[in-house]
Amino acid sequence: MNKSYLKNIIASAVLVGSLSLAAVTQAAETIKVGVLHSLSGTMAISETTLKDTVLMMIEEQNKKGGVLGKQLEPVVVDPASNWPLFAEKTRELLSKDKVDVIFGCWTSVSRKSVLPVIEELNGLMFYPVQYEGEESSKNVFYTGAAPNQQAIPAVDYLMNDLGVKRWVLAGTDYVYPRTTNKILEAYLKAKGVADKDIMINYTPFGHSDWQGIVSDIKKFGSAGKQTAVVSTINGDANVPFYKELGNQGVSAEDIPVVAFSVGEEELSGIDTKPLVGHLAAWNYFQSVESDANSAFIKQWKTFIKDPKRVTNDPMEATYIGFNMWVKAVEKAGTTKVDAVEQALIGITSPNLTGGMAVMNKNHHLSKPVLIGEIQDDGQLEVVWETDGLVVGDAWSDFLPGSKNIIADWTKPTRCGNYNVKTSKCSGQDF
Amino acid sequence: MLLKALSRKVDLQFVFGMLGILLFSVISPSVLAESSYKTPDVNQLASLLSDLPGANFKKSALLIKKAEGFVKGAANPELDEVLSGLFKAYLEGKLYFNKSDKQLLILEEIDGQLSLKDPFNNALSGKANKKQIKKIRVNNRLRKALRKSIARLTLFHPHQEVRLSAVGQLMQKLSDENVSLLREAQESEKSKPVREKIDVALALFALDHAEPAIRKQAVTTLAGNMEPAVKAKLDAMLSVNEQGEYLEPSKAVRMEAQSALASIDLKRSIYGFVETVFFGLSLGSVLLLVAIGLSITFGVMGVINMAHGELIMLGAYTTYVLQSLMPNHIGLAVLLSIPAAFVVSGLVGVGIERGVIQFLKERPLETLLATFGISLILQQTVRTIFSPLNRQVITPEWMSGALQINPVLSLTYNRLYVILFSLIVFTLLLLIMKRTVLGLYVRAVSQNRDMAKAMGIRSEWVDAMTFGLGSGVAGLAGVALSQLTNVGPNLGQAYIIDSFMVVVFGGVGNLWGTLVGGLSLGMANKFLEPATGAVLAKIIVLVALVLFIQKRPSGLFPQKGRSVE
Repeated sequence: MNKSYLKNIIASAVLVGSLSLAAVTQAAETIKVGVLHSLSGTMAISETTLKDTVLMMIEEQNKKGGVLGKQLEPVVVDPASNWPLFAEKTRELLSKDKVDVIFGCWTSVSRKSVLPVIEELNGLMFYPVQYEGEESSKNVFYTGAAPNQQAIPAVDYLMNDLGVKRWVLAGTDYVYPRTTNKILEAYLKAKGVADKDIMINYTPFGHSDWQGIVSDIKKFGSAGKQTAVVSTINGDANVPFYKELGNQGVSAEDIPVVAFSVGEEELSGIDTKPLVGHLAAWNYFQSVESDANSAFIKQWKTFIKDPKRVTNDPMEATYIGFNMWVKAVEKAGTTKVDAVEQALIGITSPNLTGGMAVMNKNHHLSKPVLIGEIQDDGQLEVVWETDGLVVGDAWSDFLPGSKNIIADWTKPTRCGNYNVKTSKCSGQDF
Repeated sequence: MLLKALSRKVDLQFVFGMLGILLFSVISPSVLAESSYKTPDVNQLASLLSDLPGANFKKSALLIKKAEGFVKGAANPELDEVLSGLFKAYLEGKLYFNKSDKQLLILEEIDGQLSLKDPFNNALSGKANKKQIKKIRVNNRLRKALRKSIARLTLFHPHQEVRLSAVGQLMQKLSDENVSLLREAQESEKSKPVREKIDVALALFALDHAEPAIRKQAVTTLAGNMEPAVKAKLDAMLSVNEQGEYLEPSKAVRMEAQSALASIDLKRSIYGFVETVFFGLSLGSVLLLVAIGLSITFGVMGVINMAHGELIMLGAYTTYVLQSLMPNHIGLAVLLSIPAAFVVSGLVGVGIERGVIQFLKERPLETLLATFGISLILQQTVRTIFSPLNRQVITPEWMSGALQINPVLSLTYNRLYVILFSLIVFTLLLLIMKRTVLGLYVRAVSQNRDMAKAMGIRSEWVDAMTFGLGSGVAGLAGVALSQLTNVGPNLGQAYIIDSFMVVVFGGVGNLWGTLVGGLSLGMANKFLEPATGAVLAKIIVLVALVLFIQKRPSGLFPQKGRSVE
């Protein structure tokens, strides 16, 4: 008796609380959009651009009259490339600022630190960067590429179109390259590549002395079989790597390097001479000609007031994510996380490269995959693309641990880690 | 009325314009084909390649083949020259076409000026206007085809090096066409190195001959040859297929191949060792460069300067600024940035010393924190001025590429220059410290400040100069690093730990210690790297260093004397 009385009190308190909260938001008449990108520290180099992209999208949406008749209000915080701070700032955004959606994170480790908080407080986040997969949270939508939307098609291209027989998997030593290379190794072996034809190499963050490794690659590639390097080397270390390749006379025709972290933005800061002819795999290139893309590039250059600024893949992912969120909110008629989350599944939004991206029930997108050759002006020229859209795979089919696992957030499954064999939901979504 | 007249005028202009274009387009091909070049062969080639502008990659590949076939058929050395020159420009992305008349042009840099050249008669057609021309796109497949074509076209080139590289190219793909060309060249070739290389290529081809005796003969020719293709081929001969049979059926040939391979492997491992020593030296010289400034400020003055990395970064940014100030003289800008970076970083160093460090004397902990703060301020300042993105520093032509000693050993020029540069800096610094008045003062103050003061040395002035000197040298390191790695706000952070490691290991306050410390850490890293991987190598070196410091707290070359206590 006593207990239920207490419960009632709590319930009514919560009710009153939420009512007063509703009154506050009603009075403000805005929808708050959190922007969680590092504006200082090592990751500022990449993430500042995404913050500006979100601000540009918000400005444009507000010009169109906002969402549900309300204006959007950006709340920008700076997690300063400090992984634990990402979690704190998420908590601040959700409980203090009461934002309705967050656009944020770049590195996988920052995303992993946000996950427990965003699940606990039931927030909603769009993550716009290519990543290693093996994850599907109810509260996160992944608009960047999963490994099967970037790494696997790139390997297919090298194998089938360039006849590559020997593989160097080179990466920076952290979670994204390690997992991606594990997937690629399993994939290559499934395709009949022998152990001795795969060389795996990891280097520390910001590695700058590539002499020995490049010389090893050269030796590895001189065994008479066509060799290629699949590079998950992280941004900063790339310049000395390609420089060393060029200096030691390894040309893109002999040993092409396909990179997953080198895009227009990274190329704009470096001398592209040694990189010309090497490859990059993404879902978007600035050079792709389409009406949507040229409009986007024009809008970006005007917004940022710099005619030389470039666009890149994570920006497109942000663009798609934002548009999908707007569509879903309008469809759901509310910004409540649970309703928007369900509304988002199945939503389509145009890609900048043509065609429509689809949000799947595993919270990943279906997108086209492009492979481009680096040009001396820092742009990438498409040399190959997938026939249609590739469905993002949250749990890789090539790893023994996740082969039978799928993510499905529609009813009745509603699970991010569902084992098809045992029909059980493990509950461990990341 | 006025309006009507105006519109008429516009109309007329339009009509005349159209007429002009029409006339031009009717005349121009015939002009090109008949009177623009001296010989009919060249004209024919020009008209053959006139489809190249606007062609897709597939069609371009066909055109390349066609043009090569035509030139081969014409048997005219002049034509060989023209086409190989054009292909070379194509390969390097220097082939353009005029947007209005589709005329092919080569973009060339002459005395820092971009100018256009007609590929068919080498006539200069004036300064380049980037708006009027468009590049002919090239991809990897075309590059490969072009390289092979150029090789075939230049196999009989008057210059020996050109022929040598042509043979090297053809060796990679021993098709029937290439082999018959090589045979032809073998007969007429007079230069010994080229003939030897041709022999190797033909011997490689002979390894697939049906007759075992010929194969054996070929193996003997190839013994000890270090071309990667040779080792790959011999390895393949000795490997076993799925049925458990050797790919080389004859046992005698296999024995021969085994001994040939053994001699190749021995040579390779010797040169591999030399290569690793070079890598170690070059990493060591980078470490020496970044640490030597610190060895002065930290070693001699005892100031723990956490902003040392940022002074290096300022040097690198000085290179960037100079290069953007003189975009047509990239190499000169790099040379000029050596003194400029010394001055910039040196002045900032003096500023830091006068502004902060002199007030924190004998308080190492506070100095450490204050300089750490300064390092953050400098980073953020650079981020605000130059943006957080990395800046582009171009490597001049004479610093790119490698000195090819033999097929397995090549020394990259930029590393060679850095080794040389760091040794020069080291020697100069040593001379300053040992032979100049400033050096004498510095040593005096560092050994016994009070006594030096009593002797009339202005210790404040010496402090500022010493700190400026150390900082200036950090700037020099920045110039060198701008040629090796990224120029960005975080450049300095990547090197600060390394430089402290070197100074502590070598012995505080001893320039020779820094030299030996830097080089041996570089060597240790590079010799460990192949066995353990880059990540583990770094860790092992660090652990070994910690253990060493436990044993010998004052490093390799400890400072001796009473002042140390």
